[in-house]
Amino acid sequence: MNKFSRWFSKNLIRIYAVVGFTYLFIPIVYTFVFSFNNYVKSNLVWRGFTFNNWKNPCGVLDICPALGNSIKIGLIATTGATILGTFIAFALGRYAFKGRGIVNTLIFLPMATPELVLGASLLTMFLNFGFNPGFWTIVIAHIMFCISFVVVTVKARIASLDPRLEQAAMDLYANEGETFRRITLPLVAPGIAGAALLAFSLSFDDFIITNFNSGTTITFPLYVYTHAERGLPAQANVIGVSMFMLALIIVLAGQFVGRKRKTTA
Amino acid sequence: MAALTSKRGPSLNPLDSLKNKVGLPYLLLLPGMFWLLLFFLAPILTLVSTSTKVPGAGIGEFIQVHRWANYWDALSAMHTQFIRSFIYATLATLLALAIAYPLAYAIAFKSGKWKNVLLVLVVAPFFCSFILRTLAWRQILAQDGFLFKILQFFHLVNSSTQLTASTLAVITGLSYNFLPFMTLPLYASLERIDPRTMEAAGDLYANGFTTFRKVTVPLSMPGVVAGTLLTWIPAAGDFVNAQILGNPNTTMIGNVINAQYLQTTNYPLAATLSFILMLAILAIVLVYIRRAGTEELV
Repeated sequence: MNKFSRWFSKNLIRIYAVVGFTYLFIPIVYTFVFSFNNYVKSNLVWRGFTFNNWKNPCGVLDICPALGNSIKIGLIATTGATILGTFIAFALGRYAFKGRGIVNTLIFLPMATPELVLGASLLTMFLNFGFNPGFWTIVIAHIMFCISFVVVTVKARIASLDPRLEQAAMDLYANEGETFRRITLPLVAPGIAGAALLAFSLSFDDFIITNFNSGTTITFPLYVYTHAERGLPAQANVIGVSMFMLALIIVLAGQFVGRKRKTTA
Repeated sequence: MAALTSKRGPSLNPLDSLKNKVGLPYLLLLPGMFWLLLFFLAPILTLVSTSTKVPGAGIGEFIQVHRWANYWDALSAMHTQFIRSFIYATLATLLALAIAYPLAYAIAFKSGKWKNVLLVLVVAPFFCSFILRTLAWRQILAQDGFLFKILQFFHLVNSSTQLTASTLAVITGLSYNFLPFMTLPLYASLERIDPRTMEAAGDLYANGFTTFRKVTVPLSMPGVVAGTLLTWIPAAGDFVNAQILGNPNTTMIGNVINAQYLQTTNYPLAATLSFILMLAILAIVLVYIRRAGTEELV
């Protein structure tokens, strides 16, 4: 075996990881580069470099209202799903009760059902009851499909807790309420935060379910989809890349805070 | 979860005393379960009831006649798209597994202090809108796109090759778009493996590959099962990738259902197809879970 092939087989997994990350980032790099395109009508051909799209992200009709709707829906749905899901996670993770199997099934089923069926069936029901789809039907739908993901995330966190910590608190004469508030909840909090972040990203990026239940309300993914054929403005790239960067900053900051807390504790 | 229920005898869990308050868990469950019953289960039942209707006299009017033959009609008309969807989803899942496993392995075992940063980087691309990403792939694979030019330079493609609007593009798009659902569970189960088990295999004269095959892979199976399911389910019901990256011969069942709902407005047919899709996916998932031997998915 020569030197190169030995180096190659030793670092195979690292080489593979580099290739993997390149693959992951190709569309992001493309979207980023074309956010600086001096486009005319549609952003398909490179026409020169400009900062205009970044200076003026709301410069095209409807795009910022669509983004605003996505953020509003995301925040409301995240709050709702996180509260409802966390309650369920505590019930499942902390109590023995009859009907656990039914609850587990009802949590599992929405995750095993394609989004298309979730969205379509909800629309069918709304139409049957003469309900006009719009902003609030999107919120309802998003809370529905986010709940299961919140339950799974928070439940995993609860299951990983060391029960002795709570026992220690109670040995030190904390009552149940205090133990929950000062020990259990802070320990589960990172799980809840993670679940909320997941719910927001699922809601913000959802296209299929939203497309069915939106009526005339436009969210950012709907905007991108409907404008794809007529020519998508580079402002959409600006917003997409900004969301990517924002997520990166939030998660990295969260990790940094978490690490700092761990070292100071 | 069994460890947390009261079956295990003397309990370490101080909150066990709360279990006497029988009502509390139900109180916690009530709002969320109510939501799921009202906006998940009830719609599915509405879907089933719509599926047996037939078109009435007026436009957009449907009469309930409990015509279960609708299912047979729908299946015989659309079985090609059903089979195609399941094949595409399976190929996309295998591709995603092939991409994500080494990636998750590298992050879990070879990244040192960069672990958390790399983990974030692996998920971050997916915050840039799903539709935007898919459109970006269409442009990248297009004949005037830069990837095509690079491949052309290496004579891997010529000017008659069509990368977009193809089966390959649809499958690539599906596997790319659902990759985090594969990577994260894989990482979670790989990261949990005690490195000493691999060292032990080495001590027992297993070489790197044997250790990987006999220790690492079996121990990461829960992640493989969860990841393949979480990728396969949305891929099988997707229509966006086939719409943006495909051609009329790559139509998946999702495209048919979407068109029946939103363009043709043939609600009974759309409902029938949706329910068949749901049942087929559930059946495949349950068989798969049973075969893989992991009941603990949720």
